[in-house]
Amino acid sequence: MLRTAAAVVAGKTARALARRRGGGSAFPGLVAERIQPRILRRSLSCVRGGIVVVSGTNGKTTTTKMLVAVLRAHGRSVFTNPTGSNFTRGVLSEMLPQLPLSGRLVSDMVVVELDEAHAMRFIDEVPPTHALLLNVARDQLDRFAEIDHTAALLARLGAASTEGVVANADDPFIARAADAVDVPVRWFGLDASIADRLPELTEHDARFDDEPVTRQYGPGDARLRPVDERVFDIVFDDVTVGPVTLRQRGLAAMINATAATTTARMLLGEAFDAATAATALAAVQPPFGRGEVIIVDGQPLELVLVKNPAGFGVALSTYGTTPVATMIAINDNDADGRDVSWLYDVSFASLRERGVAVTSGMRAYDMALRLHYDDVHTGQVVPDLDTALDAFTAGHPDEPKRIFCTYTAMMALRRTLAARHGLAQFGEDGPQ
Amino acid sequence: MSTEVLEPAGPSKGTITLVHLYPREMSIYGDRGNTHALASRIRRHGYTAEVVLHDPGDDFRHDAHLFMGGGGQDSGQARVEADLGAVGPTLQAMARDGVPMLVICGMYQLFGNSFHTVTGQVLPGLGILDVTTRGNDRRMIGPVCLETEYGRVVGYENHSGSTVLGEGQQPFGRVLSGHGNNGEDGLEGARTLNVIGTYLHGPLLPANPMVSDALIAVAAERATGRPFEPEPMSDPLADEARERQVRRLIGHR
Repeated sequence: MLRTAAAVVAGKTARALARRRGGGSAFPGLVAERIQPRILRRSLSCVRGGIVVVSGTNGKTTTTKMLVAVLRAHGRSVFTNPTGSNFTRGVLSEMLPQLPLSGRLVSDMVVVELDEAHAMRFIDEVPPTHALLLNVARDQLDRFAEIDHTAALLARLGAASTEGVVANADDPFIARAADAVDVPVRWFGLDASIADRLPELTEHDARFDDEPVTRQYGPGDARLRPVDERVFDIVFDDVTVGPVTLRQRGLAAMINATAATTTARMLLGEAFDAATAATALAAVQPPFGRGEVIIVDGQPLELVLVKNPAGFGVALSTYGTTPVATMIAINDNDADGRDVSWLYDVSFASLRERGVAVTSGMRAYDMALRLHYDDVHTGQVVPDLDTALDAFTAGHPDEPKRIFCTYTAMMALRRTLAARHGLAQFGEDGPQ
Repeated sequence: MSTEVLEPAGPSKGTITLVHLYPREMSIYGDRGNTHALASRIRRHGYTAEVVLHDPGDDFRHDAHLFMGGGGQDSGQARVEADLGAVGPTLQAMARDGVPMLVICGMYQLFGNSFHTVTGQVLPGLGILDVTTRGNDRRMIGPVCLETEYGRVVGYENHSGSTVLGEGQQPFGRVLSGHGNNGEDGLEGARTLNVIGTYLHGPLLPANPMVSDALIAVAAERATGRPFEPEPMSDPLADEARERQVRRLIGHR
């Protein structure tokens, strides 16, 4: 007990110091963990309403935000990890300021987004009550090595969940994993009327051998049924959530909302209210870098994070329908994925008509070369991000702009944009 | 199987048939970019590119002039095993006859003598390249720069197999930065006649067009019976992309 209190105090102190220095978010968690190795398990021991782990390759951050918003709209207090820091110690660090000295978090529910590898560390400490399994695609293979391995990690996460699993019916890897668990499973997926749009959400080359499965949707399962490009319904067998218009565009955001709503209903049971859910979803701001819009000199500039072939493909089909001036910034730091080979698994044909104004980042020339092979013209190649941003905004003063960027390129660009245009800080939301 | 014919902008000097072996199962790290680069360059040199995607069970194109095969997951390798066994003798004969082939990572290993798994299993390969690969607990990952007979080559490796060349087997290049075949002897890949095996993704060819040209030159000659008639061309983006990587990896040596 005393040890836990000491760990909490040390962690809080470390966090205060780290924040003063503008430093990393894992360190305070590490400090607390050194003193009380079981602190994560202990801190979550009084959470009664559910501990949910959201995992999968694409859409974790958006889906987590939506799920938290829907739960809070139902009056639940929810602890969640800060946007984008999807690792175990980051969860702990974020929790520290809220922890009383008993070390036990006072919250109805916990919803955390974790990548597949960190989800394994989390479940070793704390068995989640529920897992939300989004999708499996090739992502940072230099870290996870093989897609089969990634799928196996998600299957373990599902198997470790004590009360329920929510799973993507349209993803064969996820469906296989969820079919194998002993706890109840709720499914989400595309309505049969838009089954032909599935390729916008998945990479088919990795899916050979998988016959399309027509799954019977039962009580508590939800299908996404778009009304038009921006408006959609989330259809359960007994109730419909919608029509909903999200602040974020695209089919991927809609399926994330469907996943979040299915999970919220499983957690809330009888207390779930369709109108409350619809209102909450409509108010969710896009997480930074996921279609976040910044007004630069009176014109919108969209930042779109890209990190793997499936995600880049989805981003191009989502945003490609409204042609704007385009910049692409590719870095190859660890957080970006050091191997840029994956750019050759994306088709850039949709950019051919307008071309790309600027390529930037450490691999600016590799990106321009990639575009060249798809007959997409590149206006300028400017490896330095700030110089590229200046050239891009100066060259297109009177039109909407869009920057597709890898993680560290986005962080750097966002820092520059924040200094000039007063954006929300990393991991925080802007004024609602 | 699917086949696509890409004509050059002007009159064609002849048709070069390029076969991509198992594009679905064996091209996980953008290796299709190599096929894309070859086809595009064949056209720019004034030849017609016939691009054949060979899937397991398809009729094999005995008349092909150029082959490309990429890396895959273990599950992908298992899916192509039977077909590779069936077309293996033909590939061996064509390789001996001088047909150019580029095989990357998983296909490089399968073109070797054998693969010894961590659990002690021995999986036979096609024996086109005199190399032997052992499964390893350590994964060799990262950017690579090589000195090769085609000049400096850059790419990205990601393999757990540790490959050793047989006596007299030429490497593809010498490692200036990175792990190479096994992280120990400073050698990367293997080359026999016109068959190149290598661990380099990146993908290899777009940023290293001189390797493309070496393969295309042989293929063009086999396709037309005349010496290769290249078009003069400059590759400023590829050269800049490559030279920047060389400088990052080895400085100004």
